[in-house]
Amino acid sequence: MIRFIFKNESKITLIAFMLIASGLILRFSELTSAGNIALIAATIIAMVPIGIKAYQAIIMKLFSIEMLVSIAVIGALLIGEYVESSVVTFLFLFGGYLEARTLEKTRSSIKELTDMAPQEASLILEDGSRTIIDADDVEIGDRIAVLPGGMIPVDGKVLSGDAEVNEAAVSGESVPVLKMNGSRVFSGTILDSGYLEIEAEKVGDDTTFSKIIELVEEAQDTKSNAERFLDRFAQYYTPGVLVLSIIVWAITRDLHLAITFLVIACPGALVIGAPVSNVAGIGNGAKNGSLIKGGEVIEKLSKVDTLVFDKTGTLTKGRPEVTDFKVFTGEKMELAGLIGKLETASEHHLGRAVTEYAEKIADFRAYTMNSTKGVKGRGIEGEINNHTIIAGNRKMMIENGIEISESIEAYALEREKKGNTAIFAAVDSEVSAVISIADKIRDDAEEALKTMRNNGIKHIVMLTGDNRHTAAAVAEELGIDEVHAELLPEDKVTHVKRLKAKGRMISMAGDGINDAPAIATADVGLAMGKGGTDISMETADIVLMADRLSQYAHALSLAKGTMRNMKQNIIIALVTVVILLVGVLMGGVNLAIGMFAHEASVLIVILNAMRLIKFKP
Amino acid sequence: MNKVIMQLETLSCPTCIKKIEGALLKTEGVESAKLMFNASKAKAEYDPDKVTAAELKSVVEKLGYEVLKVKEA
Repeated sequence: MIRFIFKNESKITLIAFMLIASGLILRFSELTSAGNIALIAATIIAMVPIGIKAYQAIIMKLFSIEMLVSIAVIGALLIGEYVESSVVTFLFLFGGYLEARTLEKTRSSIKELTDMAPQEASLILEDGSRTIIDADDVEIGDRIAVLPGGMIPVDGKVLSGDAEVNEAAVSGESVPVLKMNGSRVFSGTILDSGYLEIEAEKVGDDTTFSKIIELVEEAQDTKSNAERFLDRFAQYYTPGVLVLSIIVWAITRDLHLAITFLVIACPGALVIGAPVSNVAGIGNGAKNGSLIKGGEVIEKLSKVDTLVFDKTGTLTKGRPEVTDFKVFTGEKMELAGLIGKLETASEHHLGRAVTEYAEKIADFRAYTMNSTKGVKGRGIEGEINNHTIIAGNRKMMIENGIEISESIEAYALEREKKGNTAIFAAVDSEVSAVISIADKIRDDAEEALKTMRNNGIKHIVMLTGDNRHTAAAVAEELGIDEVHAELLPEDKVTHVKRLKAKGRMISMAGDGINDAPAIATADVGLAMGKGGTDISMETADIVLMADRLSQYAHALSLAKGTMRNMKQNIIIALVTVVILLVGVLMGGVNLAIGMFAHEASVLIVILNAMRLIKFKP
Repeated sequence: MNKVIMQLETLSCPTCIKKIEGALLKTEGVESAKLMFNASKAKAEYDPDKVTAAELKSVVEKLGYEVLKVKEA
């Protein structure tokens, strides 16, 4: 029964409206008593859902706006103000209807996300045929086929095929990513072109996509200090209004004034103003690749004046790449083949960088390796195509009695000062090439840092476990104010604490695991979450889904925008109440006008918050 | 201890939060209840020996709110 009434609230509103209209016409035609009956009927019908809600709240020992309205309406009926009683109930219901519709819009970003959840999967059976099943029914280890335009239903590994995949659902980036044998794919991402067969590794609520949705949903309901304050305020405010209106009645003996006071003092816009801004702001962040965990984080982030960065994996890509391949004797393609082939035997990450680079220049099939030997902390040597190839650092060269000429040494030193690691490569005991390897700075780092400086950041600090040379080179290129190198994870915590003690508001960004203590210590912790490792997603206050620093810059200006929006809403709410109070005291504001202004102010704050959905810095 | 997540119709009144949470918590066997207002979801942890997910669903429905989907975990 109650459900039936709530479900048909909009119909009840419409009936009330028609009854009011006919009642007014009847009264206008001097059929006053018939008109009054219509108005009373309108009041009673509209009061049904309001009264039920007020009653349910009272049972839970809660003071609700519905209760204030109910009392006011009963009062209006008692003093024979039928026009006002009916218009107030109608406006309250109609306002509630509009609020629900507009609130839905502020939540639309997250709704769009959940709507992106995969519905079905094309399961490959043992005989090779396919059958469509519900995405929730896929089990770990199942083989799934994905066709162009189709959505990947689970997290998994590509078994065969290749395809371009739009990963916007998990990274916020809509540039398609190439996937082939062995690549990881994520639930909720969409196959642009190509064909994939994947093996399910994570299904249902365990997928990265499901976790993102859960995080955002929880974030939208995590209250900021301001919201908690307003909640507490409303808790006392609502019964306070009741008491005050009784006092007003006791003093003036004017029931009409007392109930008018009751209606206009309803705390509607004040209570809803802050949460709607946060919901819209968090939704915008999620859509643009930064998961902000709650209103409190937004509040703190908006006040941040100092950024602390980890270097490797945060400001840089976290993967060494060859930045220069300098040939001293011989021909580049041949050297790339010899050295690249040798490094395929290396397990060192620098060796992998060399191989990746060399592969693009030379065809390794033309080279045969007879023997190899890795030397820990030095390099690697081996026999390839009947040449002796030695690659490694200076010590490796010295220990093998290979001379490094002055000009080569000068070149290597210069490269090292620029933040590279120099690898000497000797063919048959002669240094033929120097390969520079560096962890490249992220493409968007410089731009993002500049944007953030323009947005109120006063001091930028870099903390790294890497050596001084490399740290200094990166810091210089990005214009970082303060650098500390060769740090252990606990040293990073010490530095964050020291900066905090200076009264700075710190936001620390790192790539997750070794930075976790510092991330937890900072006022705002931010993690690179590409592919969504659980640890980084859970410890940080903000997760950058595509590891892009431009998403960080976006989050920062979004936080400021959201706080601005919230303040505007609080001001709108307060100003409305003050104007109405003055209006009542001066006379001229009656019950119906009061309710109208009240509902209008609620709609205005929601509409104002909706601007944040489209916010662009 | 079982956990249930109920997707409700879109909630628009902030007082619904306390109402639904309160009603769930009063139910025998419910350990904790949390309502996510913006996501319009109710989460509850309960003792499966004392109460079932279907009963919790009817608790919410009796208050007048539509339960769209029930997920047990």
